[in-house]
Amino acid sequence: MLTSPLNPATRPPALHYTTTPAARTLVLTGQWTLDYFNELLRCLNAERASATPLPDTIDFSELDAIDTAGAQLLHDWLGIRLDLVLSQEPLGLAPERQALLKAVIQAASTLPDADSHERKPRPFTEILGRIGSALEQTWHQVRDLLGFMGVTCEALGRTLFRPSTWRVTAVFAQLEQTAFNAVPIIAMLTFMVGAVVAFLGATILAGFGASIYTINLVTFSFLREFAVLLTAILMAGRTASAFTAQLGSMKGNEEIDALRMTGLDPVNLLVLPRIIALLIALPLLTFVGMVSGILGGMLVCAVSLDISPTMFMSIFQRDIQLRHFVIGMVKAPVFAYLIAIIGCLEGFKVKGSAQSLGEHTTSAVVQSIFVVILVDAVAAMFFMEMGW
Amino acid sequence: MADGPVTIQVRDVTNQFGSHVVHQHLDLDVYKGEILGVVGGSGSGKSVLLRTIVGLQQPASGTVRMGDLMVFPPAGSERQTQRRFGVLFQRGALFSSLTVLENICLPLIEHAGLTRAQAEHLARVKLAMAGLPIKSADQYPASLSGGMVKRAALARALALDPEILFLDEPTAGLDPIGAGAFDDLIVTLRNALGLTVFLVTHDLDTLYTICDRVAVLSQKKVLVADTLPVVETCDDPWVHDYFHGPRGRSARRAAHVSTE
Repeated sequence: MLTSPLNPATRPPALHYTTTPAARTLVLTGQWTLDYFNELLRCLNAERASATPLPDTIDFSELDAIDTAGAQLLHDWLGIRLDLVLSQEPLGLAPERQALLKAVIQAASTLPDADSHERKPRPFTEILGRIGSALEQTWHQVRDLLGFMGVTCEALGRTLFRPSTWRVTAVFAQLEQTAFNAVPIIAMLTFMVGAVVAFLGATILAGFGASIYTINLVTFSFLREFAVLLTAILMAGRTASAFTAQLGSMKGNEEIDALRMTGLDPVNLLVLPRIIALLIALPLLTFVGMVSGILGGMLVCAVSLDISPTMFMSIFQRDIQLRHFVIGMVKAPVFAYLIAIIGCLEGFKVKGSAQSLGEHTTSAVVQSIFVVILVDAVAAMFFMEMGW
Repeated sequence: MADGPVTIQVRDVTNQFGSHVVHQHLDLDVYKGEILGVVGGSGSGKSVLLRTIVGLQQPASGTVRMGDLMVFPPAGSERQTQRRFGVLFQRGALFSSLTVLENICLPLIEHAGLTRAQAEHLARVKLAMAGLPIKSADQYPASLSGGMVKRAALARALALDPEILFLDEPTAGLDPIGAGAFDDLIVTLRNALGLTVFLVTHDLDTLYTICDRVAVLSQKKVLVADTLPVVETCDDPWVHDYFHGPRGRSARRAAHVSTE
């Protein structure tokens, strides 16, 4: 018999055999724990490689510690033999360790024998499969969006003529978030873009001796396109993502279900105020964008082209008709509706996990920017063809 | 059990949120190898006490020691502490972007330094020990039922074979059969691994069947911490109502029947 080790806490796991004519006994020593996992694995792999026959019984009396990891590795090696040994009351096995071994064996025996791997499809098939599933996904997304538009229109129609069901407070709360708090960023951004456009115009048009037309360039582009487009893109990033995150975390927290169970319509309560708030906010912000973009252009004209603001204003008044302003403005509610609806719909699609919330927030921003630019391009062609 | 060495020592701890004092001069000892049940009314600070002991909540004053490691005031590396205890949070707190199996593998890979294949191999048995079907391994937590989330969280807490297990209402939301099996599992693991279990619970059956000692949190401190027969006779009105109400009586009767 071995004498007791220096310090049982640090004795690595090991095993050896003692043979009597009656039986071969496996003696386990040391720490059969997770801390010594790799030593244990090496030890057992060596044992497997040497192909010695499995022992008849096991002596546990020199075992310092065993945990579930050690028990599992022992079971991996001995398999059904361990069951057999345990049933014969092996040497030195305390009842609590026996209980542990039995618990592990029982758990391990419920598992399938080998980890079955699914056959991987071939690369070409996989590419085709991905294209197919992406197409299908897009189709579903379009269908969902159209369906959701219908739902919101229906809800709007139902509440429109019943002022008692209007959520005025919610609309104003959303309005503060989406409109008022966004004014500085919109003003700043369009001001800078206005200045940049004026610089570009000044540089190019100077070659033709027509730098006075910088005024027309800045005002025309901002009234018709830039103010509304920049505002919409910023709102897509700022508001669509916020809508998705708000509704998504409410969904994850089962708040939406709780609303339904309270007999309240989540579309009426959560979606309509957001849509209405954005329908009001985006035109207002577009106007802010137009004004500050033109101010940016005016500043550049005054500083680098020596065109005084008075001159700028008189040419602006003379050359630019009201219809350009109207064309820019009519697009704003359309963009607002699309952004709000995409943000809310993606929020409803969230499935309770942080991962899903992130995916849908990203998707909401990407989709709404894409749709805004698509609709703007179509509208630009239409208006030009119509000669408006 | 109560004469083993002290594993968790809480001394003179005060916890407060703003002007709201949750614990005042709270003392508690948990002995090695015991299952300590912690009970108390809603809002009596059971979960706060648990969070204080594991180091998630810094007390305003006092000391918390776990084994030879000072939790508060802090000393030593955090990584060292995490290997020594497992926590089952009240709502499971599974990582929602990982599958159940990956949840259990995470501590094995990060702390025990196993390869992914080894970790998955061990994790599958942990999963089965916690009573989850193997097909749930590849599911995400969002698609699990409440009871399954609890079991998966227990499997994750047990992944590193910790010395101390903290359970925050482990059987809440389980059906009675599942709760009973959960209790048995905890006793088996405690006996086999020499675990110390700190169990916050409202489940009187759990208290009567598996707890060695019960600590009652009331009036901002541990009112009494002793074996059940002693705690039952405590002359505090809340304790009396708790253990001598209809649920307490039936749980005690059930426990007596099962031991006879």
